[in-house]
Amino acid sequence: MRCPLLLTVLREPARMTRLDLAAWDRLLPQAHAAGLLARLAVLADGLGLTADLPAPVKPHLTAARTLAERQHRAVLWEAHKLDAALASLGVPVLLLKGAAYVLGDLPPARGRLFSDIDILVPKAALGAVEAQLMLNGWHATNHSDYDQRYYREWMHELPPMTHLRRGSHLDVHHNLLPETARLQTRPDRVIAASTPLAGHRCLRLPCLEDLVLHSATHLFHEGEWGHGLRDLADLDALLRLGMQRPSWWAGLLARAHALNLAHPLALALRYAHRLLATPVSADVLTELGCNAGRQPLADAVVRGHKDEPPHAPSPPRRPLPWPVFSTRLPWLWRDALFLRGFSAAHADCALPGTALATFLLYVRAHALRMPLRLLLPHLLYKAVQGKATTGP
Amino acid sequence: MRLGDLTPAEARSRLREGLALATGPFVFRIQSRLPQVAVNLHRLYPDFPLAGGPFADFHVRVDRVPGPRRWFKPQAQFWLEAVTPFKPLPADQAYAMLEWGMNWCIAGHAHHYLMLHAAVLERAGRALILPGDPGAGKSTLTAALMLDGWRLLSDEITLIDRDDGRLHGLARPVSLKNASIEVIRAHAPAAVFGDVARDTHKGTVSHLKPTPDSVARTGEPAQPAWIVFPRWKRDAPARLTPHPKAAAFLHLASHAFNYSLLGALGFTLTARLMDAVSCWDFEYGHLPEALTVFRELAGA
Repeated sequence: MRCPLLLTVLREPARMTRLDLAAWDRLLPQAHAAGLLARLAVLADGLGLTADLPAPVKPHLTAARTLAERQHRAVLWEAHKLDAALASLGVPVLLLKGAAYVLGDLPPARGRLFSDIDILVPKAALGAVEAQLMLNGWHATNHSDYDQRYYREWMHELPPMTHLRRGSHLDVHHNLLPETARLQTRPDRVIAASTPLAGHRCLRLPCLEDLVLHSATHLFHEGEWGHGLRDLADLDALLRLGMQRPSWWAGLLARAHALNLAHPLALALRYAHRLLATPVSADVLTELGCNAGRQPLADAVVRGHKDEPPHAPSPPRRPLPWPVFSTRLPWLWRDALFLRGFSAAHADCALPGTALATFLLYVRAHALRMPLRLLLPHLLYKAVQGKATTGP
Repeated sequence: MRLGDLTPAEARSRLREGLALATGPFVFRIQSRLPQVAVNLHRLYPDFPLAGGPFADFHVRVDRVPGPRRWFKPQAQFWLEAVTPFKPLPADQAYAMLEWGMNWCIAGHAHHYLMLHAAVLERAGRALILPGDPGAGKSTLTAALMLDGWRLLSDEITLIDRDDGRLHGLARPVSLKNASIEVIRAHAPAAVFGDVARDTHKGTVSHLKPTPDSVARTGEPAQPAWIVFPRWKRDAPARLTPHPKAAAFLHLASHAFNYSLLGALGFTLTARLMDAVSCWDFEYGHLPEALTVFRELAGA
């Protein structure tokens, strides 16, 4: 992949001081498009490099930092309002992704931009949570009967909600993966392993392992790759925090098997290691089948972990109807696809065939989400509605 | 080197590759194959310096939308890198679209400033801020003041420095709408206008060339001195009346591009601005009379 500049400074932020203005002229748009400009600003600040950067560059970093700070304030306030709205229900409310990083003061929060807040609640509490949110000003944005059914019957979340006054976006999940996805996991275990968030009544944080697994699952199940590199940078930061803990990798692998999410974890570790030089040991990569030309990953996923058998209701993995996405294909082919996905944020980085690859990844995301008998009518409906690329 | 040092043909060929124009603190690298864009830039920006270095703050492009629409009701699109913030517009609005796009780039990204939605002009080192609701006659008054010798900083975006509270200028062309185009033409027959774009979402639009003095001095920040809320009323005598500062604060904050985004800093900067200025309402019916009032204000 060619985003040499952006990847180079993400791997080695100290290089920022050695870039000339011509390089910054390319780096700033690349970082902006990838949603990582504020991250660069924070990295430069952290290393005390900002004062040494060229004068025309500094205002862009200041502006990006200002925007990220504003979003963090907004997330803290939104979490406060959510906590107040949902505390009376007595159900656990887990923050996911960006909101979890900010409220948990975790490394990926620094300089992170985001557009919505994600929460996870027990499926049994979904109706009560939705009603309570509506009483407090959040309302669903997708009004068509079709979209309502799409979310409620097939997806792992309610239709996205927006607050009437603040305009903030909220995704209420009851699972990490769609109900119809070929990979099934155990959200109850994620909730059970979460910890209460100090200063809040019902908000909780997933454990660090689960934050990694959810981020990886989200990244490799989504069809939109514009933020792929940003999400990979999140994973890099979470992993670097985790590896300071004793027996982190063994725990992460065990947890991945317990949640049936070893496959997305394998992909995340492979590409974080490869693109961002995340220090993942060769043993871990081998264990997950990330190194082999053809690998036994699918077996690893189905086998589960010996201490904790795969959960009872887990249906067998539905084979993907498209052989081009098979997990049994050589890494050469899958790298060709995913590396192009990560390069999709900016035209500078795009490899030949990126447009085709992002289309294939979009199809792949849908193929993972729902079986063909649901997917084909869905895509047909969305195409007729003229929303095929913008809808869910 | 200034844009006006190029011949129109040179400007057109440079625009195909990307022409880096310095407008105050921002360098725009502009790309376009549209003759209309080249002609208008060359007519309205001749005094602006071309940026020589390899760096630009914004890489923008205005071109025809490709596809069959090239021949049937052609449309123009604006790009910041790969981002298209607007729906395509009829091709004859391409130049206006570039101006709106450049405003969007600044208002949406330059959060190292506090950005108010107001015009700014300066005379003898002191700056006049003109907020104004659409239709209040803000742009007309801005154009007339500039043509009367005030230095234009901006007709749309007031850039406030977060370190010292001073105002930074862009000196880009003044966007005039509908009747105000003819009002300024009648008031100053020598004024240079760009092409007239009709039936835009703002009505008929044309841009007025900034005075050379305004462009030459974009690098000089100005100290805020007055905030004046203009209101045009047919045949009304020109009259300045005090405007409560608390109300002015709220108006500026609620009409700013990034007041809340800056958080406490937005409040601090706005409060400091209010301390530095006097605030007025200004009703007027005739431009010459209005200009006299402002000359007296600046002389006082």
